[in-house]
Amino acid sequence: MAWPRRAGPALLLESRGQKKQDMDDNPLIRLTDVNFAYDRRPILTGINMVIPRGKVVAIMGLSGCGKTTTLRLIGGQLKPSSGKVEVDGQVVHELDSDGLYELRRRMGMLFQFGALFTDMSVYDNIAFQMREHTDLPEELIHDMVMMKLHAVGLRGAARLMPSELSGGMARRVALARAIALDPMLIMYDEPFAGLDPISLSIVGELIRKLNDALGTSSIVVTHDVQESLKIVDYVYFVSAGKIVAEGTAEQIKHSTEPYVHQFVWGEPDGPVNFHYPTTRPYGEEMLSGPGRKQVWW
Amino acid sequence: MNRATIDLWVGVFVAIGLASLLFLALKVGNLAASSTGETYRLQAEFDNIGGLKVRAPVKSAGVVVGRVADIGFDAESYRAVVAMNIDSRYKFPRDTILTINTSGLLGEQYIGFEVGGDTEMFKDGAMVKKTQSAVVLEKLISQFMFNKAAEDNGGGEKK
Amino acid sequence: MVVNALRRILEALGHRVTKRIWRLGFAARFLFATLLHSGTALKRFHLTIREIYFTGVLSLIIILVSGLFVGMVLGLQGYDTLQRYGSTEALGILVALSLVRELGPVVSALLFASRAGSAITAEIGLMKATEQLSAMEMMAVNPIARVVAPRFWAGVISMPLLAALFSAMGIFGGYLVGVQLIGVDAGSFWSQMQASVDFREDIVNGVIKSFVFGVIVSWIAVFEGYDSDPTAEGVSGATTRTVVTSSLAILFADFILTAFMFRG
Repeated sequence: MAWPRRAGPALLLESRGQKKQDMDDNPLIRLTDVNFAYDRRPILTGINMVIPRGKVVAIMGLSGCGKTTTLRLIGGQLKPSSGKVEVDGQVVHELDSDGLYELRRRMGMLFQFGALFTDMSVYDNIAFQMREHTDLPEELIHDMVMMKLHAVGLRGAARLMPSELSGGMARRVALARAIALDPMLIMYDEPFAGLDPISLSIVGELIRKLNDALGTSSIVVTHDVQESLKIVDYVYFVSAGKIVAEGTAEQIKHSTEPYVHQFVWGEPDGPVNFHYPTTRPYGEEMLSGPGRKQVWW
Repeated sequence: MNRATIDLWVGVFVAIGLASLLFLALKVGNLAASSTGETYRLQAEFDNIGGLKVRAPVKSAGVVVGRVADIGFDAESYRAVVAMNIDSRYKFPRDTILTINTSGLLGEQYIGFEVGGDTEMFKDGAMVKKTQSAVVLEKLISQFMFNKAAEDNGGGEKK
Repeated sequence: MVVNALRRILEALGHRVTKRIWRLGFAARFLFATLLHSGTALKRFHLTIREIYFTGVLSLIIILVSGLFVGMVLGLQGYDTLQRYGSTEALGILVALSLVRELGPVVSALLFASRAGSAITAEIGLMKATEQLSAMEMMAVNPIARVVAPRFWAGVISMPLLAALFSAMGIFGGYLVGVQLIGVDAGSFWSQMQASVDFREDIVNGVIKSFVFGVIVSWIAVFEGYDSDPTAEGVSGATTRTVVTSSLAILFADFILTAFMFRG
């Protein structure tokens, strides 16, 4: 299978020095035995993950299970406690800050609530990276910005400020900004959170279309099962910092794994416990009062 | 707000900021008065300089002709050594007497030049011989009191 | 029991002290990083100009009005005191020296901290809370270079100008009250002032003070913003801390600087 390389204005950017890629021997991203802990609280344990080129991969799980942490590890914003995070053949956590910034130029990220720069117009938000990283003339930047905005259907909103946008529009602008420099990888952190059903399917469709049109790879971190199963190629299920299941969208839908089943069908009870783990039995808690951890005054 | 408007306002801001600095320097301060022109140096020894400070004015006939540049102490003669920068436009005869005066009763102290009649002028770095020390107010008062007391006592005896 | 309580008090105290010291170290490292990444702010100077607009130009009104009133009050109070000694012509000296040496730099720095410093903290804090700084980092743009450094330099540049404006406005206010309203002789007002206000001793030292205050306020403001907890509560707490910490720091630094500058 030939991976479509990006074309158009992106060619004007400096050459990316990308290696020849083989099939799954050379995936875009490979996480090997990754552990991560905040202070001493483990967030991720023994994560093995492969993101092939040109695919849309979802990482699903409950809130706080370590999905966003995984994205931050890939983006190099966090360093794993142990294990190896490789992106395009480079070990992310061993790069110096220049190398990391070089790598990040080839990544796009959509943040949970868009994270648009509130002091800039929609236009300037999308032009931001072009202006920061290239010396392109303003006319060319204009054309590129309009292309990106056209792709998300918001060419008419170029002059608006982020505060004037609806949630769905803001998400689409953030999406246009994430693809501003035609990245090789787009990461979506909860792209569906808080959207109305129409915006939801628009964003879902855009993720799939942009991935195929730009020939990039995408990682979608989400807990919206129904919407994401429509668009993704492969799914990793994360629970309590471990990968508990993986498979194609079809396999996941028909999985008999209790956890996956509970998740996909949204059942309130199952292997996922309602209670946050505690060492004290409920009865003892009720009888013993606030305990000795209290402040002396 | 577009960039041109912002630039304009910032330009206005910086301009009036610098203008007020200039106002402080020229109108409020003495930058204009303290001409940075050519000067020559004179030195003088005093028995007592009182409250004279560095940068105090040097006046002749009430006109500022220079400033005190440095004040030191001669450990051998136990006298104060005062160095002055005098405006090169003004030359003074070699027998000029330097006195330390006070402007007003409680004002600042300055060095006054009482010009003599010599035809030779001071050269750069010259040492002034004829000086008169500062009048120390306390001394003056105690002297006055002492005299007054002596006078009163004398008067009493006469009676 | 008492020993235990005492130990806990000491522990709490020790914890607070170590936390402060740790934060101070972090703040120093942050200042160093800001200076190190100042290239962008100075090379692409329009970024800094934009921030000068928000910190300097928008503080103009409050600085000018406060300066005018402080000067007018000095005129009134100074006249009242000086006339007892029959030396009202020294009013110019009193107004000018107190403004140029102390009130100009200090009061304008305090106003600057509450007007611009708090705004900088809130802005950076909100950018952090809404993941804009994270987003910038993921776009391979260093937020310290792009967001922090321009704001820092804008504060450093604006502060001496604002202090000079404050002093000039205050002297004008003193002139209005003293000369125009009360009737002190205008000639002696200005000439006495000029005779006693020294350019290097008083005015340059005042400018140095305001520059130092500018560094202090800007540093505290950007640091508190950058270090704030990414929540609404965190940002509001950081904003308060900026105003309190920088006010105390200004007064403390003023004491130190005054002790160095005006000893003789």
